[in-house]
Amino acid sequence: MADKLIPTPSQTVGPFFHLGMAHPEWADLAADDPAGERVAIEGRVTDGDGAPVPDAIIELWQANAAGRYNHPDDRQEDKPLDPNFRGFGRVATDAEGRFRVTTIKPGAVPGRGNALQAPHINLAVFARGLLKHLHTRIYFADEALNTGDKLLSSIEDAAVRDTLLARRGDAGVYRFDIVLQGDSETAFLDI
Amino acid sequence: MSETHGFARSRPDRQPPYLYPDYGSTVKRAPRRAPIRVEHTLSEVTGPVFAGGWAGPDATDLTRTHEGAPLGERIIIAGRVLDEDGRPVPGTLLELWQCNAAGRYHHPADQHDAPLDPNFTGAGQVVTGPAGEFRFLTIKPGAYPWRNTPNAWRPAHLHFGVFGAGFAARLVTQMYFPGDPLLEYDAIFQSTADAEARERLVCRYDPALSEAEWALGYRFDLVLRGRDATPVDPV
Repeated sequence: MADKLIPTPSQTVGPFFHLGMAHPEWADLAADDPAGERVAIEGRVTDGDGAPVPDAIIELWQANAAGRYNHPDDRQEDKPLDPNFRGFGRVATDAEGRFRVTTIKPGAVPGRGNALQAPHINLAVFARGLLKHLHTRIYFADEALNTGDKLLSSIEDAAVRDTLLARRGDAGVYRFDIVLQGDSETAFLDI
Repeated sequence: MSETHGFARSRPDRQPPYLYPDYGSTVKRAPRRAPIRVEHTLSEVTGPVFAGGWAGPDATDLTRTHEGAPLGERIIIAGRVLDEDGRPVPGTLLELWQCNAAGRYHHPADQHDAPLDPNFTGAGQVVTGPAGEFRFLTIKPGAYPWRNTPNAWRPAHLHFGVFGAGFAARLVTQMYFPGDPLLEYDAIFQSTADAEARERLVCRYDPALSEAEWALGYRFDLVLRGRDATPVDPV
């Protein structure tokens, strides 16, 4: 076997990613009118002092309403692809660290060992001060399948587990805050 | 039908840590708890596919986006996106952003006392070709000061972001120039412990890529995570 190449190290995205690449339209994953339940998710990114992070970029990757990813390695032929849903989004935080995205609620996707994973959205968080981006997931607090989800069940501390749950507020908007550091720190994932 | 495998894990010294106090901005932004290890599922091995041009047209010539020519040294940056097993990564989006030749970003948050160049924005993108290849024409960015420590200067660099074959392969990095004396003092460059891995961040001058009377050529390959031995099931 040939020697492996050394992977390129990650380096911080810095404060200037918005320069021409923010694509504000990518914050609406449902722009092409895909099948599924529309959801809006909003939140705030804060640091270890509770201060807003105004220069964060959040990327989202999710399955369609049937629980299939728009990618050739998802070969769940029994579930339809949705030609109106790519499943990728990107949103930048504003001066107060806030973000808002619109999408559809994903269906459940299979995990390892034929277990079903509860509906979730995969997140990558980039910012100045993050030498590597952070990964986490958004789950939906009012979703019955959460109890059988392997990742959620593996987190023993309920307060930590709760950081992965988006909660539906009065206006039907889900709330999902991202706390980079501190007592209410978001559960980040090593993927 | 081939199996889909998860992505390989990096040797810890070949990627930077989250907390690296020499880079002051990590101190309040690095999580304190260790991240939860997740065995890869479809959620991690899949990721956005860039066929069909939805991410916008390729923009590989950063020198012809305005009325006039930007100031600075014209450079060609060409290379390939590969994985660590040497396999090309075709059809993936590669994004580039940088400051101008004077060391100033075309961005309202950049207040460095250096001139903006009305003929330079500094953003580009391309979907990689069948062999993972890409090529940009731009100008060499300048060094600029930052307030990490008194009198700290960032070495000249370009930012690159690439998606790869799945969401877990996503990489955002920076490319530096060979022989830059500032590399030794730069906390961001130095944050990766392994010297060989740091060398991945430095492009290589290639006289065969330079164009006579026109532009200097530099080679830069981006190497993403390879695959591990474990198939993701079910597929």
